[in-house]
Amino acid sequence: MLTDAPLLVVENLCVSFRTEGGVVPAVSGVSFSLKQREILGVVGESGSGKSQTLLAMLGLISSPNAVVTGSVRFLGQELLGLKRRALDAVRGRQIGMIFQDPMTALTPVHTIGNQIIEQIRAHERVSRAAARKRAVDLLDAVGLPSPGSAVDRYPHQLSGGMRQRAVIAMALSCNPALLIADEPTTALDVTVQAQILELIGRLRDEFGSAVILVTHDLGVVADVADRVLVMYAGRVVEEGAKGQLFREPLHPYAWGLFGSIPPMHGPRPSRLTAIPGSPPKLSQMPQGCAFGPRCVFRHEACVAQPSLGGATGHRSACFLPEVGRQDLRRTLAAKAVPA
Amino acid sequence: MTESRPQPLVRTSDLSKYYPVGRSPFQRRIVHAVEQVSLDIFPGETLGIVGESGCGKSTLGRCLVRLTEITSGALEFAGRDITKASQRQLRPIRRQMQMVFQDPAASLNPRRRVGDLLADPFRVHEKLSRSEMTDRVEDLLVRVELLPEHAERFPHEFSGGQRQRIGIARALALRPQLIVADEPVSALDVSIQAQIINLLCDLRDEFKLTYVFIAHDLSVVRQFASRVAVMYMGSIVETGPVDAVFSAPRHHYTAALRSAVPVPDVDNRPSRRIVLKGDLPSPLDPSSGCRFHTRCVAATSVCRHERPVLSLVDKGHFVACHQPRAS
Repeated sequence: MLTDAPLLVVENLCVSFRTEGGVVPAVSGVSFSLKQREILGVVGESGSGKSQTLLAMLGLISSPNAVVTGSVRFLGQELLGLKRRALDAVRGRQIGMIFQDPMTALTPVHTIGNQIIEQIRAHERVSRAAARKRAVDLLDAVGLPSPGSAVDRYPHQLSGGMRQRAVIAMALSCNPALLIADEPTTALDVTVQAQILELIGRLRDEFGSAVILVTHDLGVVADVADRVLVMYAGRVVEEGAKGQLFREPLHPYAWGLFGSIPPMHGPRPSRLTAIPGSPPKLSQMPQGCAFGPRCVFRHEACVAQPSLGGATGHRSACFLPEVGRQDLRRTLAAKAVPA
Repeated sequence: MTESRPQPLVRTSDLSKYYPVGRSPFQRRIVHAVEQVSLDIFPGETLGIVGESGCGKSTLGRCLVRLTEITSGALEFAGRDITKASQRQLRPIRRQMQMVFQDPAASLNPRRRVGDLLADPFRVHEKLSRSEMTDRVEDLLVRVELLPEHAERFPHEFSGGQRQRIGIARALALRPQLIVADEPVSALDVSIQAQIINLLCDLRDEFKLTYVFIAHDLSVVRQFASRVAVMYMGSIVETGPVDAVFSAPRHHYTAALRSAVPVPDVDNRPSRRIVLKGDLPSPLDPSSGCRFHTRCVAATSVCRHERPVLSLVDKGHFVACHQPRAS
C-alpha cells in the first residue's frame, strides 16, 4: 500500500460564488499534492479560502451559486463531479473529517456510541455488537477516559475536549487514508489542544493516515506539520517543507504573519511588526498581487498576478528577486527588536 | 502582598463571586467562580490575567469594575471601598474605570452611528455643546487610527479590527485611569491582533493607563503585560513579573500551561511538553485541598487535604503550592 505515488493531487482548484454584485472568487488556482503519511498544514487568516478549499475538495459546497472547477484526484480517482453515491463511498470511509466545532458533527439526540456505530455500519457490513466493540476501542485509542461507559453518553455530557476526541474517533472509525481537520483545536484550551495535537501526530504514526490540518495558528503548524501551505486571498502564496518555511520564509505576507506573533522566549520587541490594513474583500480584489496594498515591498511588477515559483520544495508567489530576499526579511524583522 | 510601593489603584481582599445554579432551592448548588482573590494593581502597570476557559478570569475582570456584584470580600478603587457602593455612588467612579470586551460587534448597538456611540459617555458624564462633542468624537477616532468621517457610519460597515478600535475609543472617551480588557484581541486574525496590541501599548504610554488584560493567549500577555496572574478554578495560583512567571514557573499548572503553548519556531522547541491528564474538574464539586491536585504530577497527601495559599518565593513572585517547582 505504501508507495511514493501521491495520495492526493489537487490541481488548479477554483471556487467562485455568483452573487448580486457579480462573480466573487473564493479560491483561485490552488494546486498541491499530498504524500502518504504526510501531515500538511494549511495556514491563513479568515477569508483566505482555506476552508473553502477543503469543502470544495470533498464536494461539500452545497450552494447552487457556487462554481467549482479544477481537479482533485484521490488515489487516482477524480473526486470533482463524482456522483453523490460514489462520493459517499470515499467520504467518511477513506477520507475522515474533523471540524472546528465538534457539536456540528455530533447530533445531540444520540449517544456518541450510536453515532460511531452508525458511521461504521454505513460503510462496512458488520454486526451491531462488533461495531460497538470497535467504537469502544476507538474511544480508548483517542484517549477518552473510561471508554466503556463514555460510549453510552450523549454529547452534552462530555466536555469540549472529550467531544472533539469523540469526533476524531468517528473520523477514524473506518481507518481513513486521509484525515482532514479544519481548525480542530481552535475552540479548545491550550492544555487540551496539546492533547489533541499529540493525538493527531500519533494517528499518522499508528494508523498511517495522512493529515491535512487547516489552522490560523502557526504554532500548531510548527508542532505537527511536515509541509506547509500559506494561503492569502484565495491563493497559495507560499509552499514548503516546515523547516525551510519557518527558518527562511519567502513571502512578505509570511514575514508579516511571523512578525505579528509575540515571541514566547527571548527579548520582547517594543512593537510587533503588524501587517498594515486588512485582507481584501473577496468582492473587491485588488489588481495583480492581492497582498500588494499591504506590502511594504510593493513595486511596479506587482500589478501583475505572481505565480508560485522558485526552487522545488520551497516556492512562493512574489516578484521580489530571490537573491537578497532573506536580507530584506531580516531588515524588516530587525525594526521590531529594541535597539 | 504589600510592599513599599505607591498606593494601589485597585485592591481586592479575599474577593469571591459565587453563582447559584439549579432551579429549586432544595437542589441549589453553588459555582465558585472566583474564590478569595487578593490582588493589588498599581498605577501605570499592566496586569495580565491568564487561565483556561471557566477559570473565572472574566468574572474577576467584571468584578473589578463592579459590572458583577461581589459575593464576599472587599474591593477598593483609588483607596476607596466600593464593594457595596450604590449605582449612584459609583457613577463618578465609573468614568475612571472602563472595560473593553472580546466581541466588539456585541458591545456596539448596530442601529446607532459610531459618532453617537462614542458621544454617549460625554452625554452621561459631561455637559458639552454639540460642537465640542463632535470635536471630542473626532479626536477619539483619530486617536485609535480611524478617520473622522467614520463617525457617520454604522458598526456593521467596519471590519472586526476596526470595530475593536471603536470599542477602545469608547473606553477611552472619559480618560479613565483603569481599563479592563477582556480578551480584546482573541477574536481577531493574527495580523490584526498585532495592530491592536501596538495600539493599546501606544495608548498606555500616552495616557498613563493602568490595564487589566485578560487573555488565554500567553504570548500576547507576555508581550503586553508587566505582571501576570495565573488562575485555575477561580483562584490565583501564581503571580509575579511576566518574565519570571513564564520563564521559570513555580506552579505546576503554570508550567503545564506554558509548555502547551505551540511556538511558531522549529529550532527553539520547548524541551518537553507537559501534557496534563484529564479535564478541568467541575466547578460544582471542586476537589478538596489544592484544586489542581487531581491533575498535578507532584501531588502528595497534604495537597489533597490542605488548600495552599499564595506565598512569596522570589521578589514579587507568589505561588500557591505545597511543592513548588525549583526555580
